[in-house]
Amino acid sequence: MSSSLKSAFVEEVEIEGHIIDSLLLPKVLDEILTQGGSYVIKEIQVGQRQADTSYARIEVRAETPEVLRRLLDGIHDHGAVPVSSSDCKYVAADLDGAFPEQFYSTTNYRTQVRLGGEWIDVEDQEMDCGILVDPESVSARCIPMTEVKAGDRIVVGRQGLRVFPSESQARHSLFEFMASPVSSEKPKGVTVREIAAAMKRCRESGEKILAVLGPAVVHTGSVEHICALIRMGYLNVLFSGNALPTHDIELSLYGTSLGISADHGLPTEEGHEHHLRAINTIRRLGGIRTAVERGVLKSGIMYECIKHAIPYVLAGSIRDDGPLPEVITDVLVAQRTMREHIHGVGFALMVATMLHAIATGNLLPAWVKVACVDINPATVTKLTDRGSIQTVGVVTDAEPFLRALVSELAKS
Amino acid sequence: MRTPRILMCSPDYYGIEYEINPWMSKHRGSTPERAQQQWRKLYETLVGLGVKVELMTPQPGLPDLVFTANAGLVFHQRFYSSRFRHEVRARETPHFDAWAATHGFEVYTLPEGMYFEGAGDALFCGKILFAGYRIRSDVRGHQWLGQSIQRLVLPLELINPYFYHLDTCFCPLAPGEALYFPGAFDHYGQRVLQAHIPRLLEVSESDAQRFGCNAVVVDKTVIINAGCDKLSSDLASWGYRPVSLELGEFIKSGGSAKCLTLRLDGEEAAIWD
Repeated sequence: MSSSLKSAFVEEVEIEGHIIDSLLLPKVLDEILTQGGSYVIKEIQVGQRQADTSYARIEVRAETPEVLRRLLDGIHDHGAVPVSSSDCKYVAADLDGAFPEQFYSTTNYRTQVRLGGEWIDVEDQEMDCGILVDPESVSARCIPMTEVKAGDRIVVGRQGLRVFPSESQARHSLFEFMASPVSSEKPKGVTVREIAAAMKRCRESGEKILAVLGPAVVHTGSVEHICALIRMGYLNVLFSGNALPTHDIELSLYGTSLGISADHGLPTEEGHEHHLRAINTIRRLGGIRTAVERGVLKSGIMYECIKHAIPYVLAGSIRDDGPLPEVITDVLVAQRTMREHIHGVGFALMVATMLHAIATGNLLPAWVKVACVDINPATVTKLTDRGSIQTVGVVTDAEPFLRALVSELAKS
Repeated sequence: MRTPRILMCSPDYYGIEYEINPWMSKHRGSTPERAQQQWRKLYETLVGLGVKVELMTPQPGLPDLVFTANAGLVFHQRFYSSRFRHEVRARETPHFDAWAATHGFEVYTLPEGMYFEGAGDALFCGKILFAGYRIRSDVRGHQWLGQSIQRLVLPLELINPYFYHLDTCFCPLAPGEALYFPGAFDHYGQRVLQAHIPRLLEVSESDAQRFGCNAVVVDKTVIINAGCDKLSSDLASWGYRPVSLELGEFIKSGGSAKCLTLRLDGEEAAIWD
């Protein structure tokens, strides 16, 4: 069933009348299978008396558009006709930076619109956006409100539009433990093994692994584990704020994180100034890359990112010290940059950061699997509540989790 | 006992002027005198059986108006007008409709986009309406009809272009009793017929090709095209009286006895109440 659910080309058909006694329904279903398609009966109503009619709504899937077309032509003759036969409606945006009234608000699920009689996938799937269509090139993509330009053709209403909810059956093969998304009372070993397996599959399939990290990664002594992930090729994009790189650099330059010695776990003299001095050093040099190139920054997460050409997006916030020169202080620019780096991501590992985890979760389509690791169960719950239901939560301190993950990934 | 009523149309303008089924050949054509003789013989046979035959006025340029079975489907006083798949036959519809409307029938029309070719593709056996689809009529037309008459309609897919209408491969004889040529149906259709009609007389391929299934049933008499010897003896053994008539001129157009008639008071096999 999972392979059939993944079939990309789908049409929903309905058939009505005396479809049971006439064997029309079994005939249609048989034809779908023998033509190489698959189906899910979404709704069926069976007449009670002889003259009563019956009704079935069937989702038909095929691996290629040609097979689907052939299939639909075949079953059409038996009375199975597409449920939706009209194109989506769109209107030109009347001003910059806002959708027209009645705009369709997106989810993070796979969505298709019907244009010129054909169903096409909406690109850049993201929740809480609108859909921009281009009838000439027969394409559609999600567009955030702020990016709208007057004249953009934006989908309105729900006609000619369909959304594919989470493929729950398919999940079992990827995340067996997903039955309960927050796993504070589950054996961590199993969870870590599953996450490691998912990361391996992601890398094998050529998709990118995104890490969204908070400063507790540094505070808890996990820098070396993240560096190991980068060196092993299990971290391909990094999202963070100002704090993680700041304390990572502080650790590299001063051996402390927020003034606490990484060696003996005690505050050091004038330690509270270390992070500000670290930021100042980087700002004086012009940036993290220059600091690495000049031999000032010689270890840590940011050092490994530069050395392994891992792109990173550092999004600032109002309480930031400094910030570091690479930190993007315009949130809209930061969002846009994060969107650019989300393309091709197949797995997201979010550790010890609530706001960046939620911000990233908002940008990810529902089919990108997310592991969220936090000492606070509320972080995971918040992420899920905001619509990122594909999230697996692990309630634990960052360091033991990351140590176990690296150890699991290091196994061949 | 009721008097059977049948609509016919004299073949004054009959001929093969186009080719819309594998039987038709403009090159071969038909012989008008022979067609007249054969049609007249059928007419006289029916009258001899006590049938009240109603006659439509033939129209120049409408050679197939003679095949009244395709005019529409009669159900009580309702006349469900055909929506022909081929334009050359669609021109017959106004004439059939006008006749029905002036003879006490209420004319019903199927929604646009559906094809339906009348009693050629829809035959009652008992209370169930069996309906042929794919070649001429389409299945949605039948489903619409089923809703309209509040009867169970069982659409049967026709898979052989030589048996393009249901009445070329299936003929109800009495409630629960029919003859059929299995090779015209797919296996679903065969199963549906076997499940809903307790006594089915299988017609051989050679008799089916002689239009043995295109029979007119009046009480226990079954009028079929000449040369269907096996079928004739089978019908006799089932207690029917087969009458063979020479109808070769009409078979050149893909029709025989049944196609030349439209029963107006319900076929022998039909239960309308």
